[in-house]
Amino acid sequence: MLSNTFPLWPTRASTISGQVDALFIFLLMLCGLMCMAIFVAIVVFAIRYRKRPGHQATQIEGSNAVEFTWTFIPAGIFLFIFVWGAYIYFLERTPPRDSMDVYTVAKQWMWKFQHTEGQREINELHIPIGRDVRMIMTSQDVIHSFYVPAFRIKQDVLPGRYTIAWFRASKAGTYHLFCAEYCGTNHSGMIGDVVVMEPAQFQSWLNGGGPMGSLTQTGEGLFQSLGCSTCHRLDTQGRGPNLIGVFGKPVLLEDGRTITADENYVRESILSPAAKVVSGFKPIMPTFQGIVSEEQLNALVAYIKSLTARPSGAAQNPTFQSPAASKADTTRQR
Amino acid sequence: MSDSTPAVVEHNPDLRHHFATMEQQTETAVMGMWVFLITEIMFFGGMFAGYVIYRHLYYSAWLEGSQRMDFWWGTINTVVLLCSSLTMALAVRATQLGHRKSTVTLLIITILFGLAFLGIKGIEYWGHIVTEHQLPGPGFRFAGPNTSQVEIFFSFYFAMTGFHALHMIIGVGLVSFIAYYAWKGRYGAHYYTPVENTGLYWHFVDIVWIYLYPLFYLISHIHRK
Amino acid sequence: MASTPVAAPERENYLNNEYGISSWLFTTDHKRIALLYLVTITFFFFIGGFFALLIRLELLTPEGDLVLADTYNKLFTMHGQVMIFFFLIPAVPAVLGNFLIPIMIGAKDLAFPRINLLSWYLLVIGGCFMTYTILSGGVDTGWTFYTPLSTHFLDTHVIAAALAIFIAGFSSILTGLNFIVTIHRMRAPGMTWSRLPLFVWANYATAIIQVLGTPVLAISLMLVALERVFHLGIFDPRLGGDPLLFQHLFWFYSHPAVYIMILPGMGVISEIVTCFSHKRIFGYQFMALALIAIAVLGFLVWAHHMFVAGISLYAALVFSLLSYFVAVPSAIKVFNWTATMFKGSITYSTPMLYAFGFIGLFTMGGMTGLFVAALGIDVHVTDTYFVVAHFHYIMVGGMVMAYMGGLHFWWPKLSGRMYPENWGRLAALIIFIGFNLTFFPQFVLGWLGMPRRYWQYSPEFQVLNVLSTAGATILAVGYLLPMVYFLWSMRYGKPASDNPWGAAGLEWMISSPPTTFNFDQTPTVTWEAYNYDELQEAPVER
Repeated sequence: MLSNTFPLWPTRASTISGQVDALFIFLLMLCGLMCMAIFVAIVVFAIRYRKRPGHQATQIEGSNAVEFTWTFIPAGIFLFIFVWGAYIYFLERTPPRDSMDVYTVAKQWMWKFQHTEGQREINELHIPIGRDVRMIMTSQDVIHSFYVPAFRIKQDVLPGRYTIAWFRASKAGTYHLFCAEYCGTNHSGMIGDVVVMEPAQFQSWLNGGGPMGSLTQTGEGLFQSLGCSTCHRLDTQGRGPNLIGVFGKPVLLEDGRTITADENYVRESILSPAAKVVSGFKPIMPTFQGIVSEEQLNALVAYIKSLTARPSGAAQNPTFQSPAASKADTTRQR
Repeated sequence: MSDSTPAVVEHNPDLRHHFATMEQQTETAVMGMWVFLITEIMFFGGMFAGYVIYRHLYYSAWLEGSQRMDFWWGTINTVVLLCSSLTMALAVRATQLGHRKSTVTLLIITILFGLAFLGIKGIEYWGHIVTEHQLPGPGFRFAGPNTSQVEIFFSFYFAMTGFHALHMIIGVGLVSFIAYYAWKGRYGAHYYTPVENTGLYWHFVDIVWIYLYPLFYLISHIHRK
Repeated sequence: MASTPVAAPERENYLNNEYGISSWLFTTDHKRIALLYLVTITFFFFIGGFFALLIRLELLTPEGDLVLADTYNKLFTMHGQVMIFFFLIPAVPAVLGNFLIPIMIGAKDLAFPRINLLSWYLLVIGGCFMTYTILSGGVDTGWTFYTPLSTHFLDTHVIAAALAIFIAGFSSILTGLNFIVTIHRMRAPGMTWSRLPLFVWANYATAIIQVLGTPVLAISLMLVALERVFHLGIFDPRLGGDPLLFQHLFWFYSHPAVYIMILPGMGVISEIVTCFSHKRIFGYQFMALALIAIAVLGFLVWAHHMFVAGISLYAALVFSLLSYFVAVPSAIKVFNWTATMFKGSITYSTPMLYAFGFIGLFTMGGMTGLFVAALGIDVHVTDTYFVVAHFHYIMVGGMVMAYMGGLHFWWPKLSGRMYPENWGRLAALIIFIGFNLTFFPQFVLGWLGMPRRYWQYSPEFQVLNVLSTAGATILAVGYLLPMVYFLWSMRYGKPASDNPWGAAGLEWMISSPPTTFNFDQTPTVTWEAYNYDELQEAPVER
């Protein structure tokens, strides 16, 4: 809410906002009720049982029945709240398939966004209304936190790995973006705007976008220029694993573990290749730590994601196939 | 309200004013030492937790690091500490029996074992830091993959054995203190709590090493410098 | 009230048996040590409070126009560090606990009087390091020291601050150790566990947390210091380290720490409510068990501070569930206190006014805990002013009020003087009003989305911030008043009788102030706690 009036309720601008608010209102009422009950009891008892001549206190030791009642009833209510809150959280933490990815790099003290179509933004994020948006975020330095109050979502952004937040905007407008994890001098200045546009407007905004091409094209360029394609050949099996169709699938490692090839795995494989060596391969890949920037890493990840069918590297619709998302299919937000 | 101490009492000169009996005082002091040792377990526990987590994440680096440990020095040190715990326990027993000379002798041997441990640790540290450049930081050098992960291994090695060594130094100080007063005839069958408590502390520091030794030295059966 | 000095009775007591600075600095008398602590923590309370005032002044306007951004970051960091480690954690245990626990159990002193004095010196030494940190430019890590910010990205006095807290932590550990051993070993004949006042139970539960939790904080801070000096890499992602490991280690202590802060306050409230309702506590066993349950469960919920930090969904579910479990015993206690007042004979003394305030405000703070424990809500409100309001309701609305109530309740025993009752009631009222005006708007601010630790903020948040600052100034007045009238009472206050409140408990059966060894003869206890059925009520006029 970017007005100077005196707001008492934050704007609702995402599909999850209403759900969060519903639980909040329920808790407000419960809280109000409980506090009123206690306050009234205290005031009534304080007056009714005030010390005065002729009035004597009645010694009451206790009552197991009463104790168990006011143990188990609150416990039951708390359990109910837990389940409700957990349900919302589960929705918040399982991005749907076919989300639109936006790669985010946070640094002291700004937000850098890379759209897959190639647009780059700083401290401003343009997104279309009604589309699931998945923020794939990392930090260049310290821990930050991506917070959009109107969307009711927040996710810490860590150095050294990707964290994910997702939302689906439901109302056009401009909303605050705040960094919510103290990150040094200009923490309170690390703010921005999320601009939610109607689909047509968003499309024209995209078309006016940057000259550098889509993120996957940038990634493809890097894949060649950094020499990745020498070992990770796209036409045949090279010294490194063939990366086509790898993203999102299970991978068997040298040490016997099986992990899923998600964004963090790809990133780690570029920066610390010896950490998780694929079964059947030698740990000969050099590290690119210090050679690639966070933005370049994002481009490479986007490119590898796009390697689904044809190895030409043409930008395919990135299909996120993580097991969690497949389960979330049935509970996807609409 | 009844009297707890009779009007005329032959009480132990070491009985402090807020205790009713020597027994209460002794039991209190020993309980205090046990509670303190529990806090020490929690203190080391944080580092053990970190060790476990990183070992799970970077097992091969842990193997590499362990292979760079001085297996023989570590083993000798373990034997040294176990012997020192023996002499410490015997010293406590000697105090209980009132054998002043044995007490002092055993305490001094304990100190010597402790100093031997620290000396050997010093030799090991010299090797790791000066010869092999394995002190984490800008000067860290390690030939092989997973350098930064091995650096984390060495971070834990120095932090955990370093704090252990610090506790050893304090222990040696305590035992020296006790040895001096034992020589002065301060302790005997009537009063030996400080010796017993020092013994408890010493055994605890020994037990911490018993955990550190396999976790750092025995992960791999291969050892190379 | 009279202003000519009123001579105290000529009996020898712990205050007048010895004079001179060394009789204080080398004392092993638990009562004198309690007063040493009182002076120390009051000093730090006003330093922390001063930082709070500066913070609230800056927040009057949306722009950062009073202090620099870095200065603001130092202010909120040191406000938190000073208030938590040098005021809240020692307050009730080290002042009231030290003074009262031996007396309440019928002992002449704590188990380890010299370690008690050492505890005080450790707090003072830690305080010196903290003062050095403040005076030499401050530290701006946030009281939570999150890595890698604190280890690699700041060049302020991080290590000095970490050392200050490390040393103060050992003060806390030794106090806890002393209390545990004392309560186990030094009880007078007949003083069984089930006859102990709940104040003793509360400090016992607190001591368990102090002993088990604080060492983990110590090692966490040590590792931060080592990482800064030696560039270890344990918390540095560039070297394969994990910043989340620090958070787990830090919160493993710092969550139980909040129970270290509140449990003693709950003990105080049990003593006050029973006395001024002239009734035994409702449900003694449940109250004692609830204290222990809070202490134990408090160790199992730490990652509820990390719901958006990058922990797994399943971990978050577990910690949220456990957080609801720990809310249950606290709820039981609120109900029991209220039930204690039922059919009592209630006096509106200053301590009782603080108790009313505590029960109400702790209920509000606790209920807002239900909000933050709910995963879906916490995603929105964590790291905002909602959380700030939540913990200030419990710590200030709860704990500080309990401490003030306790100070007033036991003041006659500590000093042998009565404080002026009407001024006491006035101060309590001012504090209650000032407190709510300061912190209630912050719930709204947080819900609206204002993040915490913000030097400058979006303009639509200004009205609520102004209200909050106005409240803070009122609150400040409320805290200054007792400073003045307690000091006044030491010379001009009416001399107190042994039991001016008609209260139960061994401490009210000895002189005000007590003699050095508390009891002429060790008592043998044959009565249950809160034996108000046997006790006469205090006369209405004191």
